[in-house]
Parts: sequence; structure tokens; C-alpha cells
Amino acid sequence: MRHEPSIVSPSDAQLPSHLNDATADESSLRRFLLGLPGVDPVGIEQRAAGLATRSIKRASKLAALDLAISMVDLTTLEGADTPGKVRNLARKAMLPDPDNLDTPHTAAICVYPDMVPTAVAELKDSGVKVASVASAFPSGRSSLEVKLADTKIAVDAGADEIDMVIDRGAFLAGRYGTVFEQIVAIKQACGNARLKVILETGELATYDNVRRGSWLALLAGADFIKTSTGKISPAATLPVVHVMLQAVKDWKAQTAEQRAVKPAGGIRTAKDAVRYLVAVHEVAGPEWLDPYYFRFGASSVLNDLIMQRRAQLDGHYSGADYVTVD
Amino acid sequence: MTHLAVSKTYKLFIGGAFPRSESGRTYQARDSKGDFMANAALASRKDLRDAVVAARKGYAAWSRATAYNRGQVIYRMAEMLECRRSEFVELIVISTGASSKVTTAEVDAAIDRLVHYAGWTDKLAAVLGSANPVSSPYFSYSAPEPTGVVGILAPTGSPLLGLVSVVAPVITGGNTCVVIAAEEDPCVAIAFAEIVATSDVPAGAINILTGRVTELAPHLAAHSDVNALDLTGASAELQESLEQAAAETVKRVYVPKRVPDFSAAPGTARLRAFLEIKTVWHPTGALSLSGGTAY
Amino acid sequence: MKWEYSPAPESRAIADIKDRYMPFIDGTFKEGSGEDRDTINPGTGERLSTISTVNAENIDRAVKAARRAYQNVWSTMPGAERGKYLFRIARAIAERSRELAVVETLDNGKPIKETRDFDVPAAAQHFFYHAGWADKLHHLGLGPAPQPLGVAGQVIPWNFPLLMAAWKIAPALAVGNTVVIKPAETTPLSILVLAEIIADADLPPGVVNIITGAGDVGSTLVNHPGIDKVAFTGSTAVGRRIQRELAGTGRKITLELGGKGANIIFEDAAQDQAVEGIINGIFFNQGQVCCAGSRLLIQESIADEFVERLKQRVETLRVGDPMDKNTDVGAINSEAQLSRITALMDAGIAEGAELWSSSCPLPKNGFYLSPSIFTSATPSMRIAREEIFGPVLATMTFRTPDEAVTKANNSPYGLSAGVWTEKGSRAMGMAAALRAGVIWDNTFNRFDPAASFGGYKESGFGREGGPSGLAAYLDTDDEAVAP
Repeated sequence: MRHEPSIVSPSDAQLPSHLNDATADESSLRRFLLGLPGVDPVGIEQRAAGLATRSIKRASKLAALDLAISMVDLTTLEGADTPGKVRNLARKAMLPDPDNLDTPHTAAICVYPDMVPTAVAELKDSGVKVASVASAFPSGRSSLEVKLADTKIAVDAGADEIDMVIDRGAFLAGRYGTVFEQIVAIKQACGNARLKVILETGELATYDNVRRGSWLALLAGADFIKTSTGKISPAATLPVVHVMLQAVKDWKAQTAEQRAVKPAGGIRTAKDAVRYLVAVHEVAGPEWLDPYYFRFGASSVLNDLIMQRRAQLDGHYSGADYVTVD
Repeated sequence: MTHLAVSKTYKLFIGGAFPRSESGRTYQARDSKGDFMANAALASRKDLRDAVVAARKGYAAWSRATAYNRGQVIYRMAEMLECRRSEFVELIVISTGASSKVTTAEVDAAIDRLVHYAGWTDKLAAVLGSANPVSSPYFSYSAPEPTGVVGILAPTGSPLLGLVSVVAPVITGGNTCVVIAAEEDPCVAIAFAEIVATSDVPAGAINILTGRVTELAPHLAAHSDVNALDLTGASAELQESLEQAAAETVKRVYVPKRVPDFSAAPGTARLRAFLEIKTVWHPTGALSLSGGTAY
Repeated sequence: MKWEYSPAPESRAIADIKDRYMPFIDGTFKEGSGEDRDTINPGTGERLSTISTVNAENIDRAVKAARRAYQNVWSTMPGAERGKYLFRIARAIAERSRELAVVETLDNGKPIKETRDFDVPAAAQHFFYHAGWADKLHHLGLGPAPQPLGVAGQVIPWNFPLLMAAWKIAPALAVGNTVVIKPAETTPLSILVLAEIIADADLPPGVVNIITGAGDVGSTLVNHPGIDKVAFTGSTAVGRRIQRELAGTGRKITLELGGKGANIIFEDAAQDQAVEGIINGIFFNQGQVCCAGSRLLIQESIADEFVERLKQRVETLRVGDPMDKNTDVGAINSEAQLSRITALMDAGIAEGAELWSSSCPLPKNGFYLSPSIFTSATPSMRIAREEIFGPVLATMTFRTPDEAVTKANNSPYGLSAGVWTEKGSRAMGMAAALRAGVIWDNTFNRFDPAASFGGYKESGFGREGGPSGLAAYLDTDDEAVAP
């Protein structure tokens, strides 16, 4: 079931005072972020590993596979992308398994801003959203003007969602206010488009930073907090996503707003995807088991999801020749 | 005119002080010829109770002292005993009737015994402890800690060396003790208490009671605030009933298998008997997020 | 989206539960002369199998077999060779791990996830670790040739049947003793499968003897004059009794008894992981663990919010069929144990503590209890002092670190404690100040054969695991004797 609540921007929000006060200025923001409870790395990895042993079979597996497929942001972010490539991707997103027409379509496709027109034309009213990266993706190393222009290209071309990157250099240098302002500015440039904020957790390097980055992005109005660009390693991992799921859960407990999470990069198999869904289910809650609140930024996992789905339905294992490469 | 001796009053040694027994009782200490030596205090169970209180109080200071500091204190006991060497020889000869030669050897051995244990305090952790190579991302170590208050029945027949040999290993590990001295040589025991009192030993770390072992020991064995017992000085008949009483509070009980030869080099059994091995675990590693990529 | 996990049962078939099991004495399975006892599956309440038990005569035969094996074979065998037998057993446990996990879950009631991921691998590791010590005893600091004690009589509890068997058998054998060991009467199966492994490893007959039966068998064993060393894991009440009965016998004893572990949460703790640590501390193995973190000591400044988070997390625990791979909390081991737990819970309510229980549905059959928390417990309540040995947590607050230490230490027990703080100096300081044999900083219920385990005070004496665990099975009396 899809939820489409009205977009709430930070200026409209009635945040509780302790969260409002946190964004009064950079030093308040810094105090707030550094005052968040720490994350014990060994403990969180232990819990993530424990949840990863859940045995999801039969009907619950089929439900998970369908859900996972419907959560995929099918992605191509290569220098070599062409309109042909993007068109093929869009078709695949709308009809992932031509031999099983009841397979859900993916949530979105994700492309570079200059590919948005092609994507929009192809996807039309299919229900598959167009997401575009922006803000000098993947490095985020440019001026705010350039980042806003980048965003505008995508928004003007009809993107439904913008996947921006935060300024990791500013974050690691402790300039949280700078990071915050950039997100707010890009959120404004998004208009009605939903904003995903990529933390690039691999560069943040500690779970404590992932927690701080998550809260910073939520305070700045992110609709999604997203792990990675997929361009560096490590990208998404289960323990990192645990931290982010806990953040949106805590955010909802404190503000009554439900925000979304997107792991990206490193999710290769259906097994991985199902493990993430277990984490969503047990860390955040069943309310997040919806493409509006959780996405997978991935490409190759879709075929594995399709093959596993087939195996569940057909009763035997599938093979690579039975799924399309594009 | 010959000097009229001022006889010493032999009292108990509790909490760093020398009180009389609260019961007001004494018993006659006699020398090897059967002649009167002194009226030794006859400790009551209330004295014992007070001694345990003092030992528990002294435990806080003694166990928290650094191992180095404890070693220095025990070494000072050796210094004090050394400078009163001839006095102890004389006292023991009178009390036991042993020859001067044998007694001198005993006193020398007692001094050396203290020196030996003084050198142990800061080595126990290295010998008995370990860093544990656990197969999970934790730093784990095990280290010895004192068990607490130890009740000691001092051996008969070796009033100084035997006494030192049962007390020293107990305090070396950081424990405090309540000692029931051998009945027949109370003067030696209390003279030793004077050594303790002049050695910067914290009040209550060592407490010495003189009196009837059969009267006092059962209360010691049953006392809930005593963590362990050394039954070296218990007769076979007494030993079993004391062990039974000790079981009520799951005390650690040390009973030597045979009569010890205190003149020989001590092993480590007496040290280990009154040490607890504590194991600690602490998460470690995780300097980046790649630890999570295995999932 | 509401997402129910489909049942994911592990298959029973591999366990191949026999209709009847027999004691293992002098290398063979032979009918005992005691009364038959049934063992049941606490997850369903159904009978699993019938066990032939021993009588005094059988016990005598077992001790004699152990003595013969000790004198003729085991104590004279070079350590390296003893070690190789133990390595064989370790590997074979790993080979039959799935079977053992299923047997253990069926007989004990703990989740298959736990037996599969913890109990069985830990048992294998325990044998492997001790195998390597067998030819290295001269490195223990106990002299150039430390000698074993002889025949060890060992009594183990029902909460970790296979693992406790490993903890007892491996060190005893490694240093040259032979053993006569009695499993708990409600959980005899996994050790009898271990007996098959032992027989397949060609361990000389009589080195390990397994006698089955109830408390009277255990009592006869520890009091048997042919036993040189007694090792007991179980309740403090029985431990006291054993120590009393053995007074004056000169027999060496180690006791691993009860506990009332304090899990101490400071305001600067990594909160989400602290919640996990509490869950682990009191609901792992259904709380039936001697070192369970059964007292929650939470710093008052964060108490209310923290307890709310804790309750929300407890609500996500899956309680049910132990054979389902997704079950987090399984069945209580027996009806008797369940009654003991609920009696203490009633006492807690009567004393005025507020009881909160998870709303999880419980299976109709079998012995189950909802994970429960007594908020607003006080130190003088029975639920805060007595060992409940079930999935029931007693919560209390403290204001300062000093107060936490005082409250945590204020118990006749002293087995374990947990400390949760991000401040290193405080973690180290607490570890030093807490009077417990095992201190877990920012974690809980971590075990390893290399890390000694055992209690202070009435939680027992002696250690298992590590070099000090070996010392318990050696003649460490190095005091010279009078000529």
C-alpha cells in the first residue's frame, strides 16, 4: 500500500523544541550531534550478524522478494551511459520479468541529470519514478552554485526524486553548519521532488559519524537518508543501515514524521536484499516495509531477485539465460 | 642494685592496636620448663568479631595499595624483624626450649621468608594472569585479585617461621587476615604483632588473636564476612567441623595435605589459594566500517 | 506491510532420537540397574526417549573403570597423545554439529539458532583448545611435571548440557585425569551422543564414563571414596551441601554455582547496543544462565526513556517453538523450573514491584514464559536478591558510579557483571571495583575456552577455561612436607 503524505519542509515542520534549538546555529548543531549516544561497533555488528541468520522461507520469502523488487531504484551511473542504455533500463524497470507479468515494477530508475529527459519519456505513467543524482555526484566537490545548477537540470527535466551527496570534506572538518545549509538549499531547489541525501558512509568511516550524518540530514529536511554513491568501498553494509534505521525510528518517535532509508552499492544477491528487509522489519518496524520508505540502490540484484522469485514459483532453480541482461 | 624487670602485658592485636580481650580473660603462657611466662589475652568470640570487622576495614586500604607499595611494606616487616633478631631468638628459646642454634636458623628463615614474599607482590599478575586470545573481537584479560578476609589458624610447633609462612602469602596477594595464634606460644605471636605494628602495615590488615583455638575457630569458620580459611593449625578432629561450617558460605578452604616443612622454599599453593581470577572482556577493533562488509 | 515469517523448522530427522538410551561405562553402552526415566521435549511437552539410569553398584563399577583406565592407560600416556584424542573429539563434534544441535534443542528447549550458532561450536572449540595444552603443562607455572589428581567425579546442569560436558571433560582429560560424569536428569541426550563420538574416537575404555540419573546419583558419585576430585556446576544450595559433605575428606573441589549478575548502564552508554546487551544478558537461553544479567542497574538520569526503549525491543523477541530457526526465546527446561520462576514472580508482585511482560503469543503446549521486566524493583526485594533463573529482569536505578559499584557488589553472589559506558577510564575502573569473576564491558555473555570463567563468593570457587581452569585438575600442592 502506497503512502503519499504531503511533503513537509523544515520551515513548515513543528519540530519539538530540542530539535529546533539544535539547528539555531552551527555550534548548537555541533553540540547536538556530538551529544547523540555513541554506537558500539562490535555490538552493532554482532546484532546485524544475528539478524542476518533469520530464515525467510516460502510465503514470507515470496512476499519479501516481491517487496524487494518493488523497492529497487534500478541504477546506471556510468560515464558511458547513452540514451539507448537508459531506455533499456527503463523498460526493464517497468517489466522486470517478461515471462512473469505479475512481477512488480521497480520503484524507480536512477540516472545522471542529463539522462533524465530520456528516462521521463520512456517511463511516462508507468508508476516507476525517475530519480536523478545531483550536487556534483559522486564527489560533492564543487561550489554550491554548481550543485544547485546540477539539481535544477534534473528537476526541470521532470525528475521525481533527487539523490544528492553531502559535502564529506566539510563534515569531517567539523563544519556541520555548511553541510546543513547545502542540504536545505538543495531541498528548496527540489520543489516537489523528494530528496535523498547520500552520506557516503564509507568516507564517514565510523558508526558514530553515520549516526551524526543521519540526524544532520533529517534535521535539514531529507526525505531519505542514503548510504552511498556506490562508487567507493565500503558501500552499504547491514550494520551501517542498522544505525540509519534506528535514526529514522527515533526521528519518528520524537517528531511523528516517518522518513525513509536507502542503502546503495554492494547489494548483489536476493539473500542480501532479504537480510536488509529483515533489518527494516525488526529495527525500524513494519511501517517501513514500503517502497515509499525504503529503497535499494542497485542494478545486478534485480536479476537475482527475479531468479529467486521464479525458483519459488516454479519449484526449481533458475539460470542466467532466463533473465534479460538489460 | 639489680634492675626489677617491667613485665610486658601481652594483649590482642586488632585494627592496628593492642586491646585486652573484651572478656577480660587471660590464660597462662608457660615456658618450655613449665614456668610462668605471661598472662596472655584469652580472646573471646566478640574479639574475633571485632577482628573480622577490622580486617574488612583494613581490606579497603590494603587491597587498593599498589603491588609495589605492598611489597615495600612486607619488606619493612623483614627490616623490623631483622633489627629485633636476637630478641626473638631469646623469646623463642624460652618459650619452646629449642636450642639457640636451631632458633637462630628459624628466625633467619622467617626474615628471609618475608623478603621472599615482598618480592612476589608485583609479579603475581604476570605469573597467574594472562591476556586471553579469544576468538571474537574483544580484548580479554584474566588477573588475580585478593579474595578478601582470610581466617588463619597458625601452625603449632613453629611459633615464628610457621606464623610468618602462613600470614605472608595471604597478605602478599592483597588479602587481610585474622590469625588465631598457636595456643602454646602466644608471646611470640604478639611480639610478631609488634613487628607488624611498626611496619606501615595498614590497620586491620593483620589481626592476631591469642586464645583457645577450639573456642575461636568455629566462629571464624562460620562468619559470613570471612571469605577464606587456612586450616594449617587445625587438628584433624577440628578440621572436619570447620570445613563443614565453611560450606555454609562457600568459603575457599586451604588445608595442607601433610604437615608442612616451613624451612623449605615455599611454592605458590598458598598464594594461589587466596586469589580470585577475574576475567574482563572489552570490545576492540572496528577502526573503520569495513568490519561490517562481511555481512 | 505486515510481514509474518513463515515457519522455518529445522528437521528433526537428523537427530535420530532413539527410543532408549543407556549409560556409557568402561567404553560400552550398557543397561543400568536403576529406575528408567523418561526425558521430554520442553518445547512440546512430549516424551522424547527413555533413559536407563544407574544404581550405586553401577556407579561403583564406573569409578573402578575410571580408576583402572587412569592407572593403566591415561596417566602414563604422553600428553601429546592424550591431546590427539581430544583433537579427534573436537573435530568429530564439528562433523556431527547439526545432529548435536537438534538433539540439544529437543532435549533442553533452547532455540535451534543458539545450539547451532553457540552451544555446539563452543563445545568443539573447548575440546580443541584443551587438546593443545596436554603436552604443555610444564608451561603453566606449576612446576616441571604437574600431576593429575586421578579420577574426577563431575556433575553438570541442564542449562547447557553439551557445553557443560565439554567444560568438564576436556580439561580433566587434557591433564591426565579420567572422569565419571553425570548429566542433569532432564537433559541426558546430547552427552550420550557425545559418548558415541568418544567411542568412535577410540578413546580408551574407562577414560570417560557417563552415568545417568537424578540428584541421588550425583550425591553418591561425589561422595564415592574412589573419587579424587569433584567438579560441580549447579545451584548454590546444592554446592553448599556438597562442600559440607566433603569436609574432612581432602578431596579437591571446584564449584560453579548461582549468580545475580548486575548489568550496569551509565548515561553515556552506547544506548542501542546497551539495550541489546541487556536482552542478551537476561533472555539468552531463556535467562537460565548462572551468569545472567538478571539485575538491571540503570543510571537514574536516563532511566525512564531507556526502559521504554528496552520494552519496545523486548516486544520484537520471537518466543516459541525452539526448532524454528527464527525463534529467539525458546521453552523453559521443565515444568518444575517454570513453577519456580512464576513463584518468584508472584513474590515480586506481592512485594510491590511493577511487572511488565511482552505481549508475544505463547505456544499452547510446552513450558513457556513471556520475557518479563520488573520495573521499580528495589534492592531489598526477593526478585532483586534471589536467583530466578528465567527470563525475568529486575530493574533498579543508581545515581553515581560509586553507588552502582556498591549496589552491584551488595550480594552474596559474585559471578558476573556488565558495564556499559563509552568512557574508557570508567570501564576500567568499574572492572577493577566489581567483585565478580567475569566482567563484560559493553558486551555480555561472551565465552571462550581461553578466558577463565568462575565466581567470587557464593557463586563458587575455582575456574574453568584458561590456565587457571587447568590448575583445578592438577595437584598444585607444591608446599614441602615435614620429614
